[in-house]
This record gives sequence, structure tokens and C-alpha cells, in this order.
Amino acid sequence: MPGLIPAFASVATEPMGLQLLPTDLLFLGALALAAVYGHSAAREPLARARWSRVLHSPGGGIACLVLSVYLAVAVLDSVRVERAEQAPLTVLDLVLTPLRTGMETTYSAPFATHAHARENLEHAPGLWVRDYPRLKFGGRHLALPEETARDLVRRIALGTALGFGVFVVLTLVINQLRGRSLRGAITQWWEPAWRWHWSALGVLCLGITIVGCLADGWHVLGTDKVGQDVLYLSLKSVRTGLVLAVLASLITLPIALVLGVLAGYRGGWVDDVIQYLYTTLSSIPGVLLIAAAALSLDLFLSREAGALHSLALRADLRLLALCAVLGLTGWTSLCRLLRAETMKLSTIEFVASARALGSPSAALLRRHLLPNLMPLVIITTVLDFSSLVLAEAVLTYIDIGVDPSTESWGNLINGARLELAREPVIWWSLASALGGMFGLVLAANVFADTVRDAFDPRLGPDAKGVQGRA
Amino acid sequence: MTAWFVRRLGYFLPILLGVNLLTFALFFVVNSPDDMARRHLGERHVSPAAVSDWKRAHGYDRPAFLNPAQNGLAMVTDTLFFAGSSRLFSFNFGRSDGGRHIGWDIRQRIWPSLAIALPVLILELLIAVPLGLAVALLRGSAFDRGLTLLCVAAMAISSLFFIIAGQFLFARMLRLMPISGFAEGWDALRFLLLPVVVQVLAGLGARVRWNRTVFLEETSREYVRTARAKGLSEARVLFRHVLPNAALPLITTIVVTLPGLFLGSLITESFFAIPGLGSYTIDAIQNQDFAIVRTMVFLGSLLYILGLLLTDLAYAWADPRIRLGGN
Repeated sequence: MPGLIPAFASVATEPMGLQLLPTDLLFLGALALAAVYGHSAAREPLARARWSRVLHSPGGGIACLVLSVYLAVAVLDSVRVERAEQAPLTVLDLVLTPLRTGMETTYSAPFATHAHARENLEHAPGLWVRDYPRLKFGGRHLALPEETARDLVRRIALGTALGFGVFVVLTLVINQLRGRSLRGAITQWWEPAWRWHWSALGVLCLGITIVGCLADGWHVLGTDKVGQDVLYLSLKSVRTGLVLAVLASLITLPIALVLGVLAGYRGGWVDDVIQYLYTTLSSIPGVLLIAAAALSLDLFLSREAGALHSLALRADLRLLALCAVLGLTGWTSLCRLLRAETMKLSTIEFVASARALGSPSAALLRRHLLPNLMPLVIITTVLDFSSLVLAEAVLTYIDIGVDPSTESWGNLINGARLELAREPVIWWSLASALGGMFGLVLAANVFADTVRDAFDPRLGPDAKGVQGRA
Repeated sequence: MTAWFVRRLGYFLPILLGVNLLTFALFFVVNSPDDMARRHLGERHVSPAAVSDWKRAHGYDRPAFLNPAQNGLAMVTDTLFFAGSSRLFSFNFGRSDGGRHIGWDIRQRIWPSLAIALPVLILELLIAVPLGLAVALLRGSAFDRGLTLLCVAAMAISSLFFIIAGQFLFARMLRLMPISGFAEGWDALRFLLLPVVVQVLAGLGARVRWNRTVFLEETSREYVRTARAKGLSEARVLFRHVLPNAALPLITTIVVTLPGLFLGSLITESFFAIPGLGSYTIDAIQNQDFAIVRTMVFLGSLLYILGLLLTDLAYAWADPRIRLGGN
């Protein structure tokens, strides 16, 4: 991919410095927290066994792989690099420089050499013809548009070769990390337990390199109304979706945990107050509550807009406000579950006897209650994750979602919806946005299912036996 | 029974009050009555006199929670919050900030909402319960695996896709029905078909999967093992033993959708331009019409609470072990 080299060169020559927006910081912070959890879980036998069950199952492993690709894109898009006298760009922007700068004037179909609409063109001096103009980026390297098919085949072949190369290297590295000799790696890598994982990794490698090779000279997913590459926009949308889901969960978790455990553990009037709080909150229809809260925050932001010096910061604060709204309205169901579970746990003998022996509350909570609540917390968080991603598109459609200038799946769908009425149909932005969301949500759902199977104590080996027998 | 009812009511009243308080706080923390007046009168060229006139006409000239100008009880009662809330509790919704009669609007708009929501609920039940049962009956088979996979995939599709694809395919390509809009009388059928189908399809994946889980959980219980041990056929076990017991969680899910029945589907209605309560609410939110939003939130939570009451009643009816009012 020759376009990459100048891109990296331009990074290297410019003075480097990070300039992170609030959501960047919080998102990276949340991932760091998750990493800390992962580190502690790896040393605890039970958690380790559960997570390795998730990763060993074909569904969980593949979902994890897909999720980590999405996550990698989002992380790359959250590290913002300062530039001299220009708006800061993310690392992803820099990697995708050819796509970002390869603007057209308006719509063009995937792999098109000509624009989607006619323009006045000057064929010879003084001779104006109304025709489809050649694109400035898509297929520019071809002398004749008729060579398109041959060029595409050549690029796909190159991408396939590259993909195989990357896959072989990755295989060798992973086997090395697992402590195998080079010979062992070659003879043993295709073991039955990991076949699905290896196949998925291979398909992913091939997909990424082939798309990369194609995108270097073409608009793989076409361009949008103002001529921006849709592949670029879709990749940028990944960050918005993930930031929203991760940060909303990050806000939900402490509220639900503290209130739920407090209500279940203390009982009495504390329990009454907390029950009253979450029943009141959950009795307001969800969309209405979110809409009212989002509008209030929006008004607040627009009033304070004078103090905000950059548009990017304002859009970012709106995203953060949306995360806050979703987080502050979304804790009730988890809180209810945690309260019930805490009550159940406190009556179980080991907790009751620890209490009777005079074990201090803090130690009781930390040693006995929290570890037993973790499965419930993990299952619910993972299950809610995908609905948060889907909610973004719907909320953006009714104008209470992210800022119109933020690249997001909701905004892509919103912009493309009206264009379906055109002839010929402009379907590519819509398809890319829906496809991007589908991939993420499907992976998250499958992941959530395997996590639930591995973590739910009621679905342990015994319950499986009963169901399997029947 | 009566004692139980009174106790439940005593529990629900504070909740309704809390809902009102929250709506108030959400709107007035950032949005002063002056701002509202200016927005409704038009941003420019508004004299202070016009603003205070508007506020007096719409009842926003009083303090929000506590009126220091009054004495005794009137300090609390002569406020924006008390006046607005007490009217809601007597179902006198008054006029919207735009000047329309809210009660009349609701009576007009409830029918289109119900015309979509009721068929959706019935169709979903008719399709998802038998499918869930069939999957539970044939668990572990290729049919079960295939359908479960299909459900997981369907749950990953944005509801926007179903709406847009439905409008595009049926209304634009095949020209079978209008893209959006509404009409009176039997003519409305043409407009209602697509939103109903789209909404059923969009919710089906999650619903079938939920039903399957409910039925499977029920089949792993002891009494099912006993029934099988007696030599009953699998179908008999399912229909005579599992189905009645699984009715409780199913009832809960139906009751939870009750507020949705009334409020209509916010998204579907505004996509298909159906003049129901959902689009009414969305419009009100976008126009910052506080009187309408407050009324709709109040009615929505009232229905939710009624749903909770109904759930309790339904549990007592379906499960003889549960007695209302007994301890």
C-alpha cells in the first residue's frame, strides 16, 4: 500500500504531541481499567477458568477476535496527534490519509471511475458537454476506465498474497508465544480445538489486506453527498459507537453496584429509598426520559457554547453528554438484579457466619459479596452493550443523539435515508452503516451468550447435564 | 384484597409524585420559563412585557417549588409544581404551551397508536409463542440451532434497517402500499399494514429467543422430569405442564409492553408519519412543549404502575400459591 508510506513520513517529520479530547481520555481510561481487571482475573483460578472457557469456545473466540478488531480501530481513532497550525488528527486519520484526502465532489458508487451525477465539462476549448466527470481519486491511476476489472483482480491477488503472508507470520508468532518450537508450530498449529479460531483469523487477515489494497486506489464503499469516502466514514463511526457503549457502561456500573449492594446488604429504610429511586426512574418510558435529559443537556451546551473554542470539543462534549444520559438512565435494571442477588447471598451460610463472627462490613463486602456478584455484573454489562450501540442510531435519527458533525452510524443512516428516493438508488452509505453496526452487535451478542454460559452458576455442568439429557 | 390494594396505592402515589418532580427538574434546571416564552414567541423582537404576558397566560409566572410571597400552606400550593401536578392527578391536562387542548389531542391520537400497537402485540404473541415452544420441543435439533442462530442475527440488525428496507421494498419498488401517512376509516388499513409488519419483524428475534429461554428453563425443572418419568409424551408434557407454568414470565413481558401500547412506538410512528401519541410526544420534545411532555410522561408512568398492579393480579390468578393481601 504505497499511500501509507508518505502518511507515516508526514507524521514522523512533524513535531509530535498528543491532544486528547475528554471522551478520548475517558475511553482509554476505561480500557485501562478493563486491562487491570483482566490482569487480576488472570491470576484468580476461577475467573481464569471461566474466561478461558469463553475464549476456547468457537463462538466466543471468534466474537472476541472481531471485537478486538473493532476495538483496535476505535483506539487508533482515540489517540489524537497535535499538528502545527491545523486541527489535530487521530492516528487512524493518519493511517487512512489517502482515503481522508481523496475527496470527490459528490456521490459516487463503489469502485466507480465516474461520478454519480452529470456536470458541465469542457471537452475542448469552448466546447461544453454535460457528462459524468472522472473521479479525482477513484481509479485515477488508470488511463482507461475499461481497465477497471483487470486492476481490481490484480489488487485482490496482491491483497490475498499479503494476507497469507500476514497470517503465516501471525501464526508463527502466536505459536512462539505459546512456547512452541518452530517445528512444533508448523506441525501442530492446525489442532481441532482451535480450527475455528485459526480460520477466523485467516479470513480477517485476508479481508483487511484485500480491502486495504483496494482502498488504496478506489472508493471501496463509494462516496457520500459531499464526496467523502464512505469506508473512511464507516471506520470513524466505530469509535463513536464503542465510546458510547463503553462510557455509558462505565457510568452505569458504579451507580448500580453501590446502590444495589447497599440496598440488599443494609435493608430497612435504605432499601426502601433505593427501591423508590429505581422504581420511579424505570417507570418513566425510556425514550422519553433519554430525550428529555438529552434535550436539557443540549440546551445547556448551546448556552455555554461561547466558552467552547473549538467545534470538535463541542461535538465531543455532546457525545459525552449522551453517554452520561444513557448511563444515568440505564442503571435501574442492573441495580434491581444486584439488590436481589446481595439479599440472597447475605442469607447464605458463609456470609451469615462471617457476619456473626464479627467480620467488618468492608471486609465482608470485598471478600465474600463482590466476587460472587461479579458474574452478574459481567453478564448484564455485556448484554447491555449491544443495545447501547443500536440506541445511538435511533437517538441520532430523532435528533437527540450525537452531534451532526460527529461521524457515526446514526448520522450515516440519517444522511442516506432520503437519498433512497433518488434514481438510480444510492444505497452504499446506508449499507455500510448497517453492515458496520451488524458486525459489531452480532459479535457483542455472541460474546455475551458465551460469557453468560461460562459465568452463570445456574448453567454450570449440572444444569447442562439436565438440558443435554432431555 | 382491599387492604392489599390500599397498600399498593400508598406505594404508587409517591412514585407518581417523584416522576413529576423529575420531569420538572429535568426541564427547569436548564430551561427557565423566560427561555420557554422566548422560544414560543419567536427568538427576536420580544419585549419583556410580551414574555411576562405569555408566562401569565400559561401559568409559568409562579415560582417553581416554593412561593415566599404566600403564607402557610399556600407557600407550597401556589407554585408551578403543585398547580401542574395536582391538575395531572385529576386528569385535567389543560392546554399545551402552543395553545392546543391536550386532552382532546390525546383522545384523537390514541386510536392510530392503538391501531398499530394492538395488532403488533397480538401478532408477536401468535408467532413468537408457538415458535418458542417448537424450538423448545425440538431442542438440540438442526431446527433449533438454525432458528436460534437466525434470532441472534436478527437481534443484531438495527430496527432502522427493517423500517428503511420495508419502505424501500414494499412501498417504492413493488408499490404495494404508501410509504407513509395516514387516512380515516377503512382506508387506514393500507397505511397501517407496513408499520405493523415492520415492527413485528424487528421485535421477533428477541422475542422468540426470550420465549425459548423461558420454556427451556421450565423444562429443566423437577416436575417435568417426573412427568416424563410417568411416560407422558413430550407434547403432552409441554402443553399440559410446561406451558401453564411458563405463562407467568410471559404475562410479565406482555404487561411491561402496556405503556408502549398507549404511547405508541415513538420511532415507528415518526418514521411512517402516523398521527399517534408517539409522534405527538416526539414533536412536543422537539418543540420544547413542556406541558405535553409532562402529561405524556405522567400517563406513561401511570400505565407502567397499572402494569405492575396487573402483573400482581395476573400472578395471583395464574398461580394459586400466591395470595394477595396474605402474608
